[in-house]
Amino acid sequence: MNENKRWTLAVLVDNEAGVLSRVARLFSGKGYNIESLAVGATDDIQVSRITIEVNAYEDQVTLLTNQLRKLICVHSVKILDDSHAIRRELLLMKVLCSTAETRNEIIQIGNIFRASIIDVSKSSITLALIGDERKTEAIQNLLREFGILELVRTGMVALERGQYTIDEQTKEKGEFDYGKNVLREGL
Amino acid sequence: MLMTGAKILLECLMEQKVDTIFGYPGGTILNVYDELSYYEADGRLRHILTAHEQGACHAADGYARATGKVGVCFATSGPGATNLVTGIATAYLDSSPIVAITCNVSRGLIGKDSFQEVDITGVTMPITKCNFLVRSVDELADVVREAFAIARSGRPGPVLIDIPKDVTAQKAEYEKLPRREHSSQGKLGDLMRRASHDFKAPEPDMKDVSRLAQMIRESKKPMMICGGGVVRSRAHEEMAALASRIDAPVAITVMGAGGFSGRSKLTTGMIGMHGSQASNRAVDECDLLIAVGCRFSDRVALKPDSFARNARIVQIDIDRSEINKNVRTDHHIIGDAKHVLSMLLDLIPEQLDHSEFKKYVFSFKTETEYDHVENRLTPSQVLGTVARLCPQDSIISTDVGQHQMWAIQHFHFDYPGQLLTSGGFGTMGFGLGAALGAKAAFPQKCVIHVTGDGGFRMNCNELATEQYYNLKVIHILFNNGTLGMVRQWQNLIYQKRFTETTLDRAPDFVKLADAYGLHGRRVTTQEELETALNEALACDTGYIVDCAIDIDEMVRPMVGGGSHITEFMLN
Repeated sequence: MNENKRWTLAVLVDNEAGVLSRVARLFSGKGYNIESLAVGATDDIQVSRITIEVNAYEDQVTLLTNQLRKLICVHSVKILDDSHAIRRELLLMKVLCSTAETRNEIIQIGNIFRASIIDVSKSSITLALIGDERKTEAIQNLLREFGILELVRTGMVALERGQYTIDEQTKEKGEFDYGKNVLREGL
Repeated sequence: MLMTGAKILLECLMEQKVDTIFGYPGGTILNVYDELSYYEADGRLRHILTAHEQGACHAADGYARATGKVGVCFATSGPGATNLVTGIATAYLDSSPIVAITCNVSRGLIGKDSFQEVDITGVTMPITKCNFLVRSVDELADVVREAFAIARSGRPGPVLIDIPKDVTAQKAEYEKLPRREHSSQGKLGDLMRRASHDFKAPEPDMKDVSRLAQMIRESKKPMMICGGGVVRSRAHEEMAALASRIDAPVAITVMGAGGFSGRSKLTTGMIGMHGSQASNRAVDECDLLIAVGCRFSDRVALKPDSFARNARIVQIDIDRSEINKNVRTDHHIIGDAKHVLSMLLDLIPEQLDHSEFKKYVFSFKTETEYDHVENRLTPSQVLGTVARLCPQDSIISTDVGQHQMWAIQHFHFDYPGQLLTSGGFGTMGFGLGAALGAKAAFPQKCVIHVTGDGGFRMNCNELATEQYYNLKVIHILFNNGTLGMVRQWQNLIYQKRFTETTLDRAPDFVKLADAYGLHGRRVTTQEELETALNEALACDTGYIVDCAIDIDEMVRPMVGGGSHITEFMLN
């Protein structure tokens, strides 16, 4: 089935200058808007992990991942299936609270969502919340009426459930590595 | 030993056994050129100064395609670097191994819109296999080693190294490292360690190969396509042996020319938009299609959904990302063509026979028979005469357009690297630079540049390079006073509205040859053509045979883009 849906891609790359633009330009070059992107070093300082979310058709996402795997700076790529992956993002939100009453109300809503209050001023309150988009959207819907002054999210990060990891040596990965790196001597 | 970045760069080229560099100097690359003089003086390196950086890049590409080795070109920052771009893209689309070395402004000036500054690694990101901005002289040697390894390994392709001017002046310790040790050192070592293969002896998957052997035995109507991968892997002997062993007809793509002999009894000729009747009908009829090093471009698989609709399609490719990209396949084998084909030969020791299918396939024409016209020259007459009078092993380079298709239809290519043509990117003006690169690599060989008046005009400034370095090329110029292929489309698809394609203008190409110190002759009859060709062969300089061709000549047959492969709009 070739349906247009949201895909979560995890990409292991060299932690070097220029790598992010190499990865990102593959999406823009094909006219895809990256819905969410999060990058950071892994336990190995030389390796970064990028989590990308994109809306695309299945054949297009296959094309994109295949071309990602071709890049020298890319170690491995995995499409994380919704049902087998844990996806989380951090949301910071500054909400207007002109009175003590509204402040209490906001704090109560925050508590229900297990958001933490990280800053309070006379007229504003800042909350931090970790969750997937259902949770972050729900809290936004509730707090919108108080007036959201500023909102920022880190972008989704994701890990597969169970013992599976991104850099498993599968046959397919071997096939991609083959064309990328075979050293032909004598030329 | 402590030495400058410029010297380290040149020493690294020596490690790679580079003998020829095509390039053009400028402000930021001066340190390198200054150091180069010592290498030129004792003959360790030869530098060929072209008229334009694009010519240098095409020459490095032509050198690479003809020899199978990595071609090298130099350019300065800014416009020097951007002038390489078309050449790099040409090499990328045809998987040709080149290393382009540019210098940039000094690190302190980068990002300040300095004179002749451009972010060339940013510009070339989509058209290189990989590119590097060298940030410190300490990493220079490592980067150059990695660049060459990447350019020639796996699916070959262009790599660009950008070195800021101050890095070429700084000093660092350099130890000579033989090439066999490169893969255990530095970043290349890291790349090898994290990969899942032993890259010195990579094995295609035996199960996959056995399955194909089984499919071949089950097939009644097997067919093969020889693609550019066969040429790049120099797998022509294995390809010939396997085709003959399994008794399958072989269609040849533009990039595959030379990978399977055009003289073989098994070839059906070119396939695709201007493919032969035999190739296109065979691919429609076969029950097993084995595509070797072929990416099913839109000029081959014109309509992917109905391509080889009766066949199980098997793709043999070194690049996994080509599998199922354009055409859905039923099976694939990842590996170097030479390696996979020789494994198949071991698995199929017995001689197969498919005379019935061959009888069907070869009842169609494998070559286009163009009409002979009295009182004027036709393209097929010109190419027939060239093939008859010039040595059979001549290297042929082409530009892009009608003459390119005619040349590939008429010449019978026998070995990889015999045809130099821009198949993927379709770069007009590629031919002359490529011819010079091939001539620099093989001075004893006859190099023929088949071109048109449009493409030739684009980069004919390189005639100065041809003359100066005595890189003799015979130019067969199809002068029809138009952009022939575009006109052909206008003729067939745009109701003969010939907008901006007529080239009824200067120069006089014979006078142009003269101006560059070469020879030439305008020919309008068979007799004049033979005189000119004999003169050209005997001449000690390059020679332009300016052939008068009718403006409405067409490439036949033709299948329209997106049409089913046997729906010929022109027979």
